[in-house]
Amino acid sequence: MPGIKDRVAVAGVGATRFTEHYEKDQEDLLVEAVEEACTDAGIERKDIQAIWCGVYYRFTGLSGTTAADALRLYGIPSTRVENYCASGMDAFRNACFAVAAGVYDIVLACGVEKITDQGSRGLPNVLRDSIPPFMPPASAPALFAMAATRAFSERGWTREDLARVAVKNHANGAKHPKAHFRREITMETALDAPMIAWPLGRFDSCAVSDGAAAVIITTPEIAKKMNHKDDFVNVKANGLAVTTSSPMHNPGFDYLGFPATRMAAKQAYDEAGITDPARQISLAEVHDCFTITEILTYEDLGFCEPGEGAAFIRDGRSAAEGDLPVNPSGGLKSFGHPIGATGCRMIGEITRQLQGRADGVQVKDPELGLAHNLGGPGAVCSVTILGRN
Amino acid sequence: MAGVAGWGVSVPVWRLDRGMLARAWDTPALPGERAAASGDQDALTLGVEAALECLRGRDASQIDAIYFATTTPPYAEKHAAATVAAVLDLHDVMTVDVTGTLRAGTTAMRTALDAVRSGGARAALVVAADMRPAEPSTAMEQLFGDAAAAVLITAEGPVAVIGEASVAEEFTGPWRRTGDHYVHSFDGKIETESYARAVERAVTAALADAGVSPDAVARFAAYAPDPRTFATTAKRIGFAQAKDRLFSTIGNVGAAHALVALAGALDETVPGEHVVVAAQGEGADALVLAAGAGVQDERQAWTLQRALENKRLLPGYERYLRFRRLLPVDEENEPPSSTIRTWRDRAQAFALYGVRCNVCGMVQFPANRACINCSVLDDMTRVRLQRTGSVFTFTLDHLIAGEYLETPVPRAVVDLDGGGRIFVEVTDCEPSDVKVGMPVELTFRLMHEGAGFKNYYWKARPRRDL
Repeated sequence: MPGIKDRVAVAGVGATRFTEHYEKDQEDLLVEAVEEACTDAGIERKDIQAIWCGVYYRFTGLSGTTAADALRLYGIPSTRVENYCASGMDAFRNACFAVAAGVYDIVLACGVEKITDQGSRGLPNVLRDSIPPFMPPASAPALFAMAATRAFSERGWTREDLARVAVKNHANGAKHPKAHFRREITMETALDAPMIAWPLGRFDSCAVSDGAAAVIITTPEIAKKMNHKDDFVNVKANGLAVTTSSPMHNPGFDYLGFPATRMAAKQAYDEAGITDPARQISLAEVHDCFTITEILTYEDLGFCEPGEGAAFIRDGRSAAEGDLPVNPSGGLKSFGHPIGATGCRMIGEITRQLQGRADGVQVKDPELGLAHNLGGPGAVCSVTILGRN
Repeated sequence: MAGVAGWGVSVPVWRLDRGMLARAWDTPALPGERAAASGDQDALTLGVEAALECLRGRDASQIDAIYFATTTPPYAEKHAAATVAAVLDLHDVMTVDVTGTLRAGTTAMRTALDAVRSGGARAALVVAADMRPAEPSTAMEQLFGDAAAAVLITAEGPVAVIGEASVAEEFTGPWRRTGDHYVHSFDGKIETESYARAVERAVTAALADAGVSPDAVARFAAYAPDPRTFATTAKRIGFAQAKDRLFSTIGNVGAAHALVALAGALDETVPGEHVVVAAQGEGADALVLAAGAGVQDERQAWTLQRALENKRLLPGYERYLRFRRLLPVDEENEPPSSTIRTWRDRAQAFALYGVRCNVCGMVQFPANRACINCSVLDDMTRVRLQRTGSVFTFTLDHLIAGEYLETPVPRAVVDLDGGGRIFVEVTDCEPSDVKVGMPVELTFRLMHEGAGFKNYYWKARPRRDL
């Protein structure tokens, strides 16, 4: 199996601002993100040969028509990808594999979500058409809060440990023009905020935002003839792992991290030839849907030993100036989480970092960047490694 | 012969201080407290709990008939007894709802006795539960309470039923028309006089049937509209020592009252005593019971007295208003649900069936064809989960169905004794009580009314010391 390492290139990236786009619909957002990506790559929309679009909520759009209609690109393959909150990066994965298979030269991976149209607090309650009687209708924060409770009990971590993630990511996001929230916060602000799902407060939780992101994918050979001929980014690896959507029914699951992340990371590290991620990875955009998720993800990705996640942030290692900056963009904490869009936004952030043109905080001379997109109650994880050409 | 072989009670943990109700409405206060069912309880869930208490440690396989008695059935069409049967994992049984009258409990008991005597049922379970709606600010709001009791009838039950009688009397009061929100009453002497007249006739006839004189009766377990009417009627019959301990502790518990009182009497009776049970409603039923040898062996650890002592005072009237849904709420955003899924999952959702993997031994829930631990296919044994366990992890969830709630819902992952892990809400406590490692027990509750029907499932509550 040749895999996809160095056989696929990111030719251009684009994204809308992530915020409450009351005046725009999902088609407006997709057009904006895709046009930016096409311009970045130096192509036109009509050069796109196939589309994969991450969409989670059915009110955002069903089927391949969600992207085809927005872009008025008819008659080519267009697929809606849904894989919980990892929908966006799974759209990217599908697009990469199609190029690696030699079927297409230039394809579009994108994602969009128009959550505010639903008008609810928290995520809209339309996860499924019906739920079985043995599944109480818990909120998304509740599902991750149970990991925090367990970490507090087993590791002795505290709400202060969680708050450090919020403070760090909002400090980064304050510098990013496309972030939803562009304001620094203090530990006190984070700790004094209203509870959402104990022990997670408002600043432990990412916001409900609208947005779209797009990535133009091609082969390294073709990329050499496009806009970023000197600085296009290579895909080093992508891993996708799926575990149970019912960890709460899984006897023995310890809640101290997410096996899907560990398995997706192993796939990606194996393909990219990474043996010591903490040293080899220059920066990471990880799925900080909740502060506890980011801390557990340090461990799951092998950035530190199990149990050392809270120390990793406490010691400043994941700060913008740390030895392994995590979420220099500001992460989901600053951007919010338009579900289908987040994975492709992360790819865009890592790409621009590797090209030295990050929108906000620029990490110094990165070689390898990692993007981590986690879905459901830690059930679906996509890990992508990108590297400088 | 036929008699009572077992009994159990269920009283909601929450109590309303009647003084608080009086202060809320600037009305005179009745003495004591009343039991107030939680917002996730109804007559059916109270009844299920009483049935489980009655059958704790007993063989339920002989039960051929289940009677559910209430004036407040969850449904106008769809009876509750079949849900009780589903929870008890009993399927080849006759299920009957007896409703529409305050003497539904005693009528069901008489009917069950007939079924056992005739040989139509080896054993019959009678469940009486009530949660009568009282108009805010009225005396009824203070007086009424919520509770349930269950009685197991067998041919050899050690508490023999030796006399029975019923009388019918067309009378309007108290009443509730189809569609009425609350119970109506004349609030006058004519109602208490109707009560006394019917109960006296029925009890006198039952005593005659048994050949027992009133002064040979040790305990009188009877429904009455209020404590004064209970006392005057008992005196009129000749039960000078009769006492009711429900009115001041949990209230007038409607169609369940007589059976709850009976359970309390049987908790304390000794062989040789006579107990009279009576209830009134458009007439009256009376039964005379004779406690025989072994009656004390049938007593459950969870006695009425312990149920009365196991209480938490509601911190405010507002909580009660929310429990009863007496405050209008716009745009009810019920979770999605499906009658078909609920039917398909009935063994899991009601009788708590999980599976044990025959290869790796892991007990898991809900059931799946492939093992969650070792993924072997179709090599599982069905097992019923135990209803006790401890909290593995939890959260206090403020975001429900897109709404932000002031009072969070505790949700817990519970590791059950004997294996299996279950994800449940925690009830019957304050959210701040929930801790990792807390011992809990499962209790059958109303979850929501998604898809327009009553979605029942299990919740956890702090474990009682049994």
